[in-house]
Amino acid sequence: MKRVGEVQSSNYLLAKFENLVDWVVNSSRANSLWPMPFGTACCAIEFMATAASRFDFARFGMERQAFSPRQADVLICAGRLPFKLAPVIRRIYDQMPQPKWVISMGACASTGGVFDNYAMVQGIDTIVPVDVYVPGCPPRPEGLLYGILLLHKKIKGESLFDAVKRRDEQPLDDKGLRLPPETIDEISEPFGNSVHQFRSS
Amino acid sequence: MTSPVPGALRTEVARDGETIVFVAPAHLLETMRWLKDTPGQEFDYLVDVTAVEFRDRERPLQVVYFLRSLSRKADVRVKVELPASGELAVDSVWGLWHGADWLEREVFDMFGVTFHGHPDLRRILMWETYAEGYPLRKNFPLRGRFSRSEQVRQALNANPEAHYSMQELSIAEAAGDLPDDMRDRLRRGERGVIPEPPNS
Repeated sequence: MKRVGEVQSSNYLLAKFENLVDWVVNSSRANSLWPMPFGTACCAIEFMATAASRFDFARFGMERQAFSPRQADVLICAGRLPFKLAPVIRRIYDQMPQPKWVISMGACASTGGVFDNYAMVQGIDTIVPVDVYVPGCPPRPEGLLYGILLLHKKIKGESLFDAVKRRDEQPLDDKGLRLPPETIDEISEPFGNSVHQFRSS
Repeated sequence: MTSPVPGALRTEVARDGETIVFVAPAHLLETMRWLKDTPGQEFDYLVDVTAVEFRDRERPLQVVYFLRSLSRKADVRVKVELPASGELAVDSVWGLWHGADWLEREVFDMFGVTFHGHPDLRRILMWETYAEGYPLRKNFPLRGRFSRSEQVRQALNANPEAHYSMQELSIAEAAGDLPDDMRDRLRRGERGVIPEPPNS
């Protein structure tokens, strides 16, 4: 029997069977990811280059781009996310069926990038859970492909029998935040060059 | 521009050769109407409306109108100076150029300048419930006034569909003439409350 928090059964044959099922399911999932492009800025141009013939992420099973969240597996946020789009990406994420993954493509989506200002979300992980962060401004197509391969690796390490992993995330409280406010403030703190920006008040 | 512009306080020539006409706020509409309707002026195209606030707090905030005459291929800038101590308000030129609608909304959104007579003065870039102030004013901190978590919370709680368009407003005005079922459907819609027409 499985105990709480235990992924694999303690019975040898059962565990072997679960491994086999996981291998089959995860290989299928990893090699047929349908991306939902959420392109808001220049990263979307690199995303298109990745999709186009020279780099062609269809080689990794992403043949069909899902322009509807209801038929998508992986949300790729390519570009900066203003606060005004925060409820939009949250709704798109909520509309995607399980299992689902998120790639945060580029510096702006991952951290806010150079846009440390009043209008920009400082990292989309304050809005939706993120599986793979791709750095770069914008990342080259090779970078995005590497991120996709990392996601493949992550998917292949998951277990179908681990129900916790595929449970829909609930907001922490009625405020709708997915992280505690202190955490959001901490990860949104200015860093690098942005601490030298002129503050006029 | 040879003839003197009525209502003009003074005229300058910008570095690129364009004429800048300074107008008192009270005479703006009169001057604009003259620029638009006078034969030989015919500034029939409002290119842009924007505003300038200077770092020197004593200098007045300027609202700038870029006009172009498509037939004469001529440009002129009209500036209205609003003292920072007084009320930031000026008459809307929407009655002359309907294109001023969104341009003036943007100036309102970013600088907090009120345009009297504008048909639909709401925020346009920031969401309508945005409560932190006017982002392009010099006293606005770059990262906004609220903490990041509060900004995320407010953004997530904003309803992206709670906007009404001018079309919806005109439907609301005509609500008295609509069939009952359609009126009920519109009133219950998710896209915000449509006000009752004044005559019902």
